[in-house]
Amino acid sequence: MVDTQPQITARDLTIAFGDFVVQRDLNFTINRGDVFIIMGGSGCGKSTLLKAMIGLKRPASGEVYYDGEPFWASSEREREDTKRKFGTLFQAGALWSSMTLAENISLALKQYTDLSNAQIREVAAYKLMLVGLTGFEDYYPSEISGGMKKRAGLARAMALDPEILFFDEPSAGLDPLSAKRLDDLILELRDSLDTTVVVVTHELASIFSIGNNSVFLDPETKTQLATGDPRKLRDHHPDLAVRNFLQRGAALEGDPAEAIPA
Amino acid sequence: MTAATLTCRRSDDDSLIITLSGDWLLRGDLPGIEAVLQEMNQPAKPSSIDFETADLGGWDTGLLTTLIAVHRGANDREITVHESGLPEGARSLLALAFAVKEREGARRAPVKLPLLARVGQTTGEALVSARELLTFTGELVLSSYRFATGTATYLRSDLAQHIQEAGAEALPITTLITFLIGMIFAFVGVMQLQQFGAGIYTADLVAIAMVREMAPIMTAILMAGRTGASYAAQIGTMKVNEEIDALTTLGLNPIDFLVTPRVIALLLMMPLLSLYGSAMGILGGMGVGLVMLDVGLMQYVQQTVEAVEQTDLWSGLFKSVVFGVLVAMAGCQQGMACGDSALAVGQSTTKAVVMGIVLIVISASVLTIIYINLDI
Ligand SMILES: Nc1ncnc2c1ncn2[C@@H]1O[C@H](COP(=O)(O)OP(=O)(O)O)[C@@H](O)[C@H]1O
Ligand SMILES: [Mg+2]
Repeated sequence: MVDTQPQITARDLTIAFGDFVVQRDLNFTINRGDVFIIMGGSGCGKSTLLKAMIGLKRPASGEVYYDGEPFWASSEREREDTKRKFGTLFQAGALWSSMTLAENISLALKQYTDLSNAQIREVAAYKLMLVGLTGFEDYYPSEISGGMKKRAGLARAMALDPEILFFDEPSAGLDPLSAKRLDDLILELRDSLDTTVVVVTHELASIFSIGNNSVFLDPETKTQLATGDPRKLRDHHPDLAVRNFLQRGAALEGDPAEAIPA
Repeated sequence: MTAATLTCRRSDDDSLIITLSGDWLLRGDLPGIEAVLQEMNQPAKPSSIDFETADLGGWDTGLLTTLIAVHRGANDREITVHESGLPEGARSLLALAFAVKEREGARRAPVKLPLLARVGQTTGEALVSARELLTFTGELVLSSYRFATGTATYLRSDLAQHIQEAGAEALPITTLITFLIGMIFAFVGVMQLQQFGAGIYTADLVAIAMVREMAPIMTAILMAGRTGASYAAQIGTMKVNEEIDALTTLGLNPIDFLVTPRVIALLLMMPLLSLYGSAMGILGGMGVGLVMLDVGLMQYVQQTVEAVEQTDLWSGLFKSVVFGVLVAMAGCQQGMACGDSALAVGQSTTKAVVMGIVLIVISASVLTIIYINLDI
């Protein structure tokens, strides 16, 4: 973690649905071992940016580099190889509903390792223990609560010990204690496995407790307003919108017009 | 509750004073703001707008919507609004409502396109969906190749499950429908053929109709409504839940994983169901025949066996294989093309059934023409 080398770089990234530009000219760098926060108001394009980074949505222009290698300009095969380093937790968990939790986790292991079925089951049980779901191996996703689905989704994302973990709003819909536990887990993964973590979130508590790097997306100007350590952005960034977001609107007292993030 | 009233008058310094009195409640009868707008539209427009609310009783959202309408009207005409006459609470709610500026381009006007544009748009959409279907077919062919060479990833347990659902679990409804259809054919046959003293040929009619046409088509339509729809709903829901994205990020091909096993299941089960349906139809017809005609069981069976040739059997089975593939494709394609909401899942399901039935009817006609030309 001491040597900070860029692992992910976004250069002039523009993402759009047809003619509708969601965000343009995004430029940021994520170092190995970073907990990188993608933040901004609802609907500003955080999830879409995440999809462009994990290979689900081709950007309209620009490029994402992994370890200096262009991602979208490479062949489909090379992209598949890069994607093998990723683990992704989707916004609603996205567990496969026809499979039990253990089966959800096992699928990647079956696909990409030579472990025996018994070993795979052990790995699945261990991953579930990590997220506090000991003993839930044979439950179906429909039989557990929303927060548990999130955690099971995290266990699945961690199945192959990925180099980079992507999270879409991991703590949304979790009670404060579970959210805290999840934050601790993210830091633990970063420290013990040196995982790089990219998190979409707008929970201020999480942003400051886990993030050491970030990008702030603005829905009005449709581009990034800031990138860097969220604590520094909160205290020193020249743009009012950024400080306001990070201080829950307190940066401009008494004027509700700016206090409510659009 | 006193009735809400709105009156307006010009003051000496040419500002427009709006007097609100009574109870301005949603459940009451609220006056419109036509009078205010009329004043604003005068050639000598008012310099500003003031409110008088000394006699205002209770108020709720009913008052606020009126105030917002007045505000909008005044803004458009660049007239200042003085809110000092309004109750404190109403002022702060108004401030809150106008606090966040309208997002540029966020408002959508209800667009009413002219007829020609709509025709063009619909045609464009039809072309797009035709191309999607073609792409999908191509992907399915590639995936079949991967299945044939054993390089596809899928769950055997999933395939077994699909086979079970499209096979054994479809038997009761298939039995019911084909048995009744056999009986109906026999009734018609007996009625018509007996007039020529050829009642026994009812056996031929029922057997050939069931084996060649009715069993394949009826089971296919049943399966379009039953299994095709459920494929669209299952895959569509997975799409909404981002489960398909989760597969893709794992490097698994959703076509291999979700679509091809379902197509294989229907491809295998549809001919078996159809064969079973033919047998049930013939049984139903036999029941009617034995009761209404003066023939023995052995004679009827004999007549049936002689009527059905091997080519009848094969041509029926081939048809149902084609139908099976088409029904599964319609269901899966609609599921994969599903939008991002519960509403979209419903629409895909409907489209899957309609598309399935249309494909069945078209391919049945084409196959019949081919059979006739080949003399089968
Ligand atoms: N499939 C889609 N087609 C068109 N527009 C979309 C689609 N998905 C999202 N959008 C639009 O893109 C914008 C960003 O969406 P999203 O990335 O989900 O926002 P966030 O995750 O920041 O809340 C929104 O304005 C949304 O309306
Ligand atoms: Mg989102």
